[in-house]
Amino acid sequence: MRKLIEFKNIVKDFNGTLVLKGINLVIHENEFVTLLGPSGCGKTTLLRILGGFIEQSEGQVFFEDIEISNVPPYKREINTVFQRYALFPHMNVFDNIAFGLNIKKMDKNTIQQKVSKMLKLVNLEGYEKRPVTLLSGGQQQRVAIARALVNEPMVLLLDEPLGALDLKLRKEMQHELKKIQQEVGITFIYVTHDQEEALTMSDTIVVMNAGEIQQIGSPTDIYNEPENRFVADFIGESNLIEGAMVEDYKVAFDGETFECIDYGYYENQDVDIVIRPEDIDIVKADMGKLKGTVKSILFKGVHFEIVVETANRDWIIHTTDSSEVGNTVGLHFFPEDIHIMRKIGTY
Amino acid sequence: MKSFASLVKPYVVWMSLFIVIPMLLILLYAITDRGNSVLTFHFTLNNFLRFFDPVFIKVLWKSLEIAIITTIVCIIIGYPIAYVISNVSERLQGLLILSVTIPMWINMLVRTYAWISILSDGGIINSILAAVGLGPIKMMYTDFAVILGMVYNFLPFMILQIYTVLAKMDRALINASFDLGANRYQTFKRIVFPLSLPGVISGITLVFLPAVSTFVIPKFLGGGQYMLIGNLIENQFITVGEWNFGSAISLIMAMIIMGSMMLTKQVDKDASAQASNDGGKLW
Amino acid sequence: MVGSKRNLAWTIILITLVLMFFYLPIMSMIVFSFNSSRSLTSWSGFSLEWYKALFENREMMSAITTTISIALLSTLVSTVVGTFTAIGISKSKRLIKEIILNVNNFPILNPEIVTAIGLMLLYTTFKIEKGYMTMLIAHIIFSTPYVILTVLPKLRRLDPDLAEAALDLGCTPLQALLKVIVPLIMPGVISGALIAFTMSFDDFVISYFVSGNGVKNISILVYTMSKRINPTINALSTILVVIITIILLSVNLYDILKKKDLKEKE
Repeated sequence: MRKLIEFKNIVKDFNGTLVLKGINLVIHENEFVTLLGPSGCGKTTLLRILGGFIEQSEGQVFFEDIEISNVPPYKREINTVFQRYALFPHMNVFDNIAFGLNIKKMDKNTIQQKVSKMLKLVNLEGYEKRPVTLLSGGQQQRVAIARALVNEPMVLLLDEPLGALDLKLRKEMQHELKKIQQEVGITFIYVTHDQEEALTMSDTIVVMNAGEIQQIGSPTDIYNEPENRFVADFIGESNLIEGAMVEDYKVAFDGETFECIDYGYYENQDVDIVIRPEDIDIVKADMGKLKGTVKSILFKGVHFEIVVETANRDWIIHTTDSSEVGNTVGLHFFPEDIHIMRKIGTY
Repeated sequence: MKSFASLVKPYVVWMSLFIVIPMLLILLYAITDRGNSVLTFHFTLNNFLRFFDPVFIKVLWKSLEIAIITTIVCIIIGYPIAYVISNVSERLQGLLILSVTIPMWINMLVRTYAWISILSDGGIINSILAAVGLGPIKMMYTDFAVILGMVYNFLPFMILQIYTVLAKMDRALINASFDLGANRYQTFKRIVFPLSLPGVISGITLVFLPAVSTFVIPKFLGGGQYMLIGNLIENQFITVGEWNFGSAISLIMAMIIMGSMMLTKQVDKDASAQASNDGGKLW
Repeated sequence: MVGSKRNLAWTIILITLVLMFFYLPIMSMIVFSFNSSRSLTSWSGFSLEWYKALFENREMMSAITTTISIALLSTLVSTVVGTFTAIGISKSKRLIKEIILNVNNFPILNPEIVTAIGLMLLYTTFKIEKGYMTMLIAHIIFSTPYVILTVLPKLRRLDPDLAEAALDLGCTPLQALLKVIVPLIMPGVISGALIAFTMSFDDFVISYFVSGNGVKNISILVYTMSKRINPTINALSTILVVIITIILLSVNLYDILKKKDLKEKE
């Protein structure tokens, strides 16, 4: 995929607080990229710098190899879907969507065609004359998307657009957005704190925390091979353990040594370890790699969430097998289920 | 709760006595003749007919003219000021709005009185002009002085009303407009200005009403002969003693004002996307 | 958002012009209050004689006391009555609410002169002698509607279950009122009281028509004295301006200085 956008060493200082600490990121054509992280990690700030609404303190932004920091937002080939939609309350659906086209002084017929096409894309045919203040949240959101897309930008920025929707609607919209992105074929840059959302829709996820990028990768990479403790903890549920690499393919924690599939660490290097709850099985007490007592069982519909207390810690296990509180059980996992991660700040 | 609702009872009695009855009295005086005793009323429409004398109609027109000019000037000056203030840093905004508000809290008579020493023939402006060798300009007792006095007194209201709407405007709407390709001028014309109209209309209400009915400002700055409708009414009651005629004029003025208020409410309904009814919001 | 230098220049020019417009008359008035001659246009030297004259002028001092006492009393009454009435309104049936609010609006929507005349006719018809009491009543009449309109929105935002919760826990209605409702709407009540005070303190038109018997407030006094040039008025005005400015500045400056510059964070 061709390179479209590049952030070079972006730093942003807000009144003495460093919100972005040196971001380097490349985004490609036709990519669905998600900036994922907790509140305050800087993801929205980075998005707004790209949109042109705020200026970075240091660093450069390249769009198709041209530096665009001095270009005002109305001249960038980027459009934004705002968090609370920002629909113009004094205009109806049609006029809202047509706004950008009117500015470009297109002729009426072309505008009519383009807007109709958009309304069809977002499933709002027939809503042209509706005042936007009378629409439901989901409908407003689709108008906001249509309003941005109708301008045929090269990049669409989406700032947590699904936050105000209820769960079912949110999941529907996630699929619709992905579908639209693939149909229209442009780059989507999506900001969210919801890791499930990110995993569902993205081609690439950029995990951020405290103004720094923690990891960039595909959803499967991020989930299966988290690079550090933060990513492991943020994405999916996990059992996080501190241990040390005795030697290649051997890791030690909780007083024992286990076989694993990682290598390339120096002897006895301290590492973070993550084992996903769904990778652990509950077996007979003597048949597992560890032994413990069942502390609690929660029925979650898809699986049971069982907490097992061992000598050193509590383990979270997701399994379809049930057990009983108080039982002594064994925990089993395979070597490939042990994910080794370098401690944050080390190599 | 029943018992809570009964809290209004004292005020209802009070209102009927001191708000409703006075209104009815004005009506009564307007439609009756002099020389009423408690039991005999002589109903007549003469008081209203008297008003249609060209002398009085001229006063009415002048009052409307001056009030409209004042309102327009307040919008022309007030809007840019409100806009400019709403765009500076938040700390500075507070300070600026404060400086616009302080004059409002100073007694209107005192504020109007202050202009006398500036506008009079030997006053400050003319002294400066004389020092430069330019002839004195007659400013006191002219339309100019009266309008100036009115604008001076009522401009802060217009500024505050427009500023409130502009300051509360969702910044995201402006960013969305930029995002969609509109530059600052286009954004102002298509988004900011239309959405600020409710503030302008509030401002018009707060300026036009007092401008039409005031009598102090024309008296101080227009002189004894300068008659606006407020002066006319005051004159009829205090000097001439024609209470019936005075009441009739008051009613006519009240009706004109109510008419223009309804007109503005209609424009407001069309202009703003939201409607709310607290029983007469003025703030 | 990227700003431009040209905008900044315009901003400064406009703001300076406006501030000059607003404060020039006030400045001139203050300056000439210290003038040693009776002129408002030519300066003859610094003097405090007008301030001295102010304090020696019995009429003025009495007008000041009248203004303050009426303002305090009318504020007290209108705030209490207005607050309780607003509470009652918020719990009333829709029709009653509409009627009361509409009549309540008359003193607000009517030009002052109409309200003034109405009251004057009332007093005359019922042969009530005009003086201090008539002025006080008049001030209460035009202040209370504003108190009601200021308190009502705060009541609207109150959780409707609170009063009932208080009753449920054993309060009499009066206790529920005083211990639960009033404390929660206090900011609105205070706003209303301030508005009532200001309107009363500054009032001219209504006071002019309904007072008699030599009872004058500051505005009436200024009005009658302004027929001739009298810098004592300047002295009085200067003192008023200074007091008002100090009060407003200290209240607001505290707020303003606490705020960080939030505009960039949007």
